[in-house]
Amino acid sequence: MREVAIIGVGDTKFGELWDMSLRDLGIQAGLSAVYDANLSGDEIDALYLGNMSAGKFTEQEHIGALISDYSGLARDHIPATRVEAAGASGGLAFRQGVMAVASGMHDIVVVGGAEKMTDVGDTLSTEIQAMAADQQWETSFGATFPALHAMIARRHMHEYGTTREQIASVAVKNHKHGSLNPKAQFQKEIKLESVLRSLPVAEPLGMFDCAPVSDGGAAVVLCPLEKARKYTDTPVKVLASAQASDTLSLANRESLCRFDATTVAAQRAFKMAGLEPKDVQLAEVHDSYTISEILAIEDLGFFPKGKGGQATADGETTLGSKLAVNTSGGLKARGDPIGATGVAQVVELVRQLRGEADKRQVSGAEVGLAQNVGGTGATVVVQILGRVN
Amino acid sequence: MAVARFWRENASRYNLIGTKCGVCGRVYFPPRSVCPTCHRKSIGKMEPFKLKGEGEVLTYSIVHEAPSQLEMQKPYVIAIVQMDEGVRITGQIIDVELDELKVGMKVRTTLRKVSDDGAAGVIHYGYKFMPV
Repeated sequence: MREVAIIGVGDTKFGELWDMSLRDLGIQAGLSAVYDANLSGDEIDALYLGNMSAGKFTEQEHIGALISDYSGLARDHIPATRVEAAGASGGLAFRQGVMAVASGMHDIVVVGGAEKMTDVGDTLSTEIQAMAADQQWETSFGATFPALHAMIARRHMHEYGTTREQIASVAVKNHKHGSLNPKAQFQKEIKLESVLRSLPVAEPLGMFDCAPVSDGGAAVVLCPLEKARKYTDTPVKVLASAQASDTLSLANRESLCRFDATTVAAQRAFKMAGLEPKDVQLAEVHDSYTISEILAIEDLGFFPKGKGGQATADGETTLGSKLAVNTSGGLKARGDPIGATGVAQVVELVRQLRGEADKRQVSGAEVGLAQNVGGTGATVVVQILGRVN
Repeated sequence: MAVARFWRENASRYNLIGTKCGVCGRVYFPPRSVCPTCHRKSIGKMEPFKLKGEGEVLTYSIVHEAPSQLEMQKPYVIAIVQMDEGVRITGQIIDVELDELKVGMKVRTTLRKVSDDGAAGVIHYGYKFMPV
């Protein structure tokens, strides 16, 4: 296998972007990544695109070819492939791109992720997100997506004594980080009391425990590490990309307090990279709900099971500590345009590892990890990236 | 929505029919055609198995933001129930005072209307849980 580098990154602002369509989002993100990689465009061999549900959100399928076409690549006839695994679509698209370059099949690969969520109303948008769960045996019986996570939260509180305040502190921390990110949907700090008093969505979780509905796109350009210096002075190396799956239904798991797919994907990734959790200085994790970040930092091996809430409340994952989690603001504050999220996590890690993260820069960042989740943990992909010295 | 989509699941939705692996004896709900423990050896040996319908609440949530189908029922209670046979099922708890809800409470299934295809459409029935 060849070693793979990231030579360019790009993204749109995340938020309710009423003047932008799905194709606008994909193209703007893709073009900015191509521009960042100093490519003319002729060199691109393939495109992978993460997207969960363009058909439901915008009544448009077949968006691999669509984005390739409107990016000006129709006459180059490059292979353009859409990848779907609900919330993990972007992370999986990235992994497909990495495998294509590592295998020697392609040299220059663009990986994009995009979702246009605000072309439908709020209720429908939430119902579409719930299609990541088991439609026949969870959703159709009344389990909404927030409710499934609320049930995880209640069980975590029951088994480990995690408090409502500890769970809420994830949102406070991620809004604080988001306030330093000019691309974030919410760039405003919030108070713990505001999270605790927010309108109940699915008890014990309230509105401020949930990532928002967002539009957005993100993209990266990959190439073999040995050719990376031709395009950029600051390549970032892909140290590992690993994926795992689990039962689609939450109820069918042995434990409701952990995502085994996260643990397995992380173990595979750390083995591939020859690293351990203590070697990581920053992590972008899938905080679609506040409780999800607590599970993530435990299951990835950063904190023992049951201690993630306390660690967050104690500031051990805040910018400036040994491990900074979700410096972008995470899904909670940066926004969660589903298919774009896994790619946006990689974009944030690259900016940090290049030392270009401005006010939210993690000093001395050498190794970063991204964890991207589909559904309630049925698909998880973990990427580990490293600075090239 | 095509009627067949719900009709084909009626055995499980109405009568809690899961499957039991003829090799290791493990019980599954909803039904599976392959046992995740025995893999190939279990193929063709998964037998229908009816659950008794009794269990205890592992976790629950009170849902305030409801899908359009359940808009008129909110707030409603959704739970994951550990059945006596060892399997876990996601379903609503009805006929319960919200302040009586707790992890570990005993419940049993009952057949109720779950959703419908509009005022003139087919009604979908299925299991819900109620306190014992």
